[in-house]
Amino acid sequence: MSQADLSIHAQVSRTGATETMTAPTFSVPAKKMAMWLFIIADSATFAGCLVAYGFIRNATPDWPRPFHSITNVAIMTLILLTSSLTMLIGVRSAEQGDKAKAFRFTMITVALGILFAVLHIREWMGMIGEGATLFHNPWGTPLFSSLFFSITGLHLLHVTGGVIALIAVALKYQGGRYNADDLEITGLYWHFVDLVWMFVVPLVYLLNLAH
Amino acid sequence: MATSATAHAHAGPQGFIRKYIFSLDHKVIGIQYFFLALTAVFVGMFLSLLMRIHLIAPLASLPLVGEIKPETYLSLLTMHGTIMVFFVLTTAPQGGFGNYFLPIQIGAPDMAFPVLNMLSFWTTFVGFVVIIAAFFVQGGAPLHGWTGYPPLSAVQSAGPGEGLGADLWITSIAIFCLASLMGALNFLTTTLDMRAKGMTMMRMPLTVWSWFITAILGLLAFGVLLSAGILLLMDRNLGTSFYVPQIIVNGQIMLHKGGSPLLWQHLFWFFGHPEVYIAILPGMGVTSQILSTFSRKPIFGYKAMVYAMLAIGFFGFMVWGHHMFMSGMSPYSAFAFSLLTMCIGVPSAIKTFNWLGTMYKARIRFQTPMLYAIGFVSLFVSGGLSGPFLAQPVLDIQLHDTYFVVGHFHLIMGVAAIFGMFAATYYWFPKMFGRMMNESWGRIHFFITLIGTYAIFMPMHYLGMAGGTRRYSQYTEVAYLQKLMPIHQFMTYAAIITIAAQFIFVINLFWSMFKGPKASDNPWEATTLEWITATPPPHDNFGGVTPVVHNGPYEYGVPGAARDFVMQTDPPVASSGH
Repeated sequence: MSQADLSIHAQVSRTGATETMTAPTFSVPAKKMAMWLFIIADSATFAGCLVAYGFIRNATPDWPRPFHSITNVAIMTLILLTSSLTMLIGVRSAEQGDKAKAFRFTMITVALGILFAVLHIREWMGMIGEGATLFHNPWGTPLFSSLFFSITGLHLLHVTGGVIALIAVALKYQGGRYNADDLEITGLYWHFVDLVWMFVVPLVYLLNLAH
Repeated sequence: MATSATAHAHAGPQGFIRKYIFSLDHKVIGIQYFFLALTAVFVGMFLSLLMRIHLIAPLASLPLVGEIKPETYLSLLTMHGTIMVFFVLTTAPQGGFGNYFLPIQIGAPDMAFPVLNMLSFWTTFVGFVVIIAAFFVQGGAPLHGWTGYPPLSAVQSAGPGEGLGADLWITSIAIFCLASLMGALNFLTTTLDMRAKGMTMMRMPLTVWSWFITAILGLLAFGVLLSAGILLLMDRNLGTSFYVPQIIVNGQIMLHKGGSPLLWQHLFWFFGHPEVYIAILPGMGVTSQILSTFSRKPIFGYKAMVYAMLAIGFFGFMVWGHHMFMSGMSPYSAFAFSLLTMCIGVPSAIKTFNWLGTMYKARIRFQTPMLYAIGFVSLFVSGGLSGPFLAQPVLDIQLHDTYFVVGHFHLIMGVAAIFGMFAATYYWFPKMFGRMMNESWGRIHFFITLIGTYAIFMPMHYLGMAGGTRRYSQYTEVAYLQKLMPIHQFMTYAAIITIAAQFIFVINLFWSMFKGPKASDNPWEATTLEWITATPPPHDNFGGVTPVVHNGPYEYGVPGAARDFVMQTDPPVASSGH
């Protein structure tokens, strides 16, 4: 009960200003601020992995380039980008008070996220079928598949988490427990996952296209 | 001012478990962190005692542990370093005092996310249990040092303790990363969004600034260590070889190939260097607070102090390469890292001179918190001055992995930060537990500890310059190091006396908790918000009222004021100019 007692967030306005507090430094209310900070911390985690990838790739003379087509990754990218757009429409609708449309578009985002994950796993299965594992692959240094599966796996984990979070928030939003702000905050995370993919595609896929 | 009548306006949770174990109250969580760190520091100190005894008597059979074998010695230093750095230096100043006093000092009823706060404490606790468990598994604790350099740390068969023990070690660190990230997120959001009316950023006490900047560092650094740690766990258990080149261990060719041990060093030190500022910055904050209070003068150069801390944090992320001068890096990179490292000397010197300026011509009240704050400045200078030597690649080639480095980082990162914690404990104990600590025993504790730490760590510099290598188990077996044994003996005796003196502190702490004289609401006549509320503070910190801030944090000796200090909530005064 102590939280309700303290009523920290009770009279928080859209910018987070209250009767008794100084206006937030960046005019961002607490929950949204926490999401931004989480995104910064998570960027550091992804940056660590991508730096590891760049370091090892540069240090390995026989680095393999096993990808022959960009069709699959292009479709996946398009799906993820579209999901960001539908997320945006969902959040806009929620801000304008159109609950049904907001819920619908959030669910479309969820569906696109699941589709992305399915396509990604299909791609993984194909590579595993060709003999690639975490510690071995037919194309060259084993570190290629170690890094490929680790980085895309970390991203896939984020997509999965995002899908689950979006479903939970959308249901509670429809039930009236969460509001448009909560949907927007979850949307921030979803756009971040999308943005990370924009780094993964050129670094992990396009750089490793066969000539 | 809070009175007992309004203090119960918002009643806290009843029942032992909700109130003291899984509490959401930042004050209880702060005290939990404090006692976790206190436990950890005694474990770490005991390990160092064993090491010191082993160094002068390698073949002696000790009570409880028996004879310490060379690999046991390596386990001891690994666990000493890891426990001290993570569960003491990172946990107590930020998790303990930061948790307790950051919300109060900015006039907030609690942290922004109390559940997250509770979660980060209990995650830290699990991390501590996991690392302690490494002592008791097959093979014992790992022996790769707190920096965990591969290939030693990445190959299961590399030595005793590198099996399950090392897995537990890296798991514990990953858990600790998660806990610290949650904590950092909470600290930053609370500071940015929960300040009371009138508490502008430039009216925040320097302690709040130091916790805020520490949280920024934690947010950026622990994420990287987390990814490095996960890659290490994969190398150890899933057959990848990110960090392991082709290698032969104990005559057996490993399956690993292609990886680079240097990658770990880069990722680790990208975390590791900011980590030393995570340990020391809160100490700087509390030192500034205490020097100003007990000098009865405004802090000299408040804004310069804030910008200096920001600069230290900023440069802290650009100097990780100075830990790797011996890794064969290009001389041009070494030059850049060296130059950037020297840059940190500038804000550090600004801070030192501002502390001296604060004390200059002041009528200083030499009570225990002040003694420890002065001790902090002393150790910061003595430990810091050897920094520019190590920042020179040319000198570092001579001094790398010698006792010179051990002396340097123990003085500045270890003992200085510990002195910050002692200062904070003696200073805030009345507010946290409602009673005063014993002043005479506090002073005795201070002087033994100050002289003792110098006696332990100063000789290490000579030892290092003479070529005394660190991490060797039996110096008695190395001909040219045998001549240095008297120095080792001196250090061990100093360590035994200093460690014994810490029991004065613990007895004083627990005795005062129950038997000390009752503390008033503002025993030190300080100005910041924790001193306007009741002692100890009520559940919502200010008993239902929210303070309104009119003044800066260090308004001492303001001309025309009724007293020699002006509380932050007092009617506005013309600032004494900072």
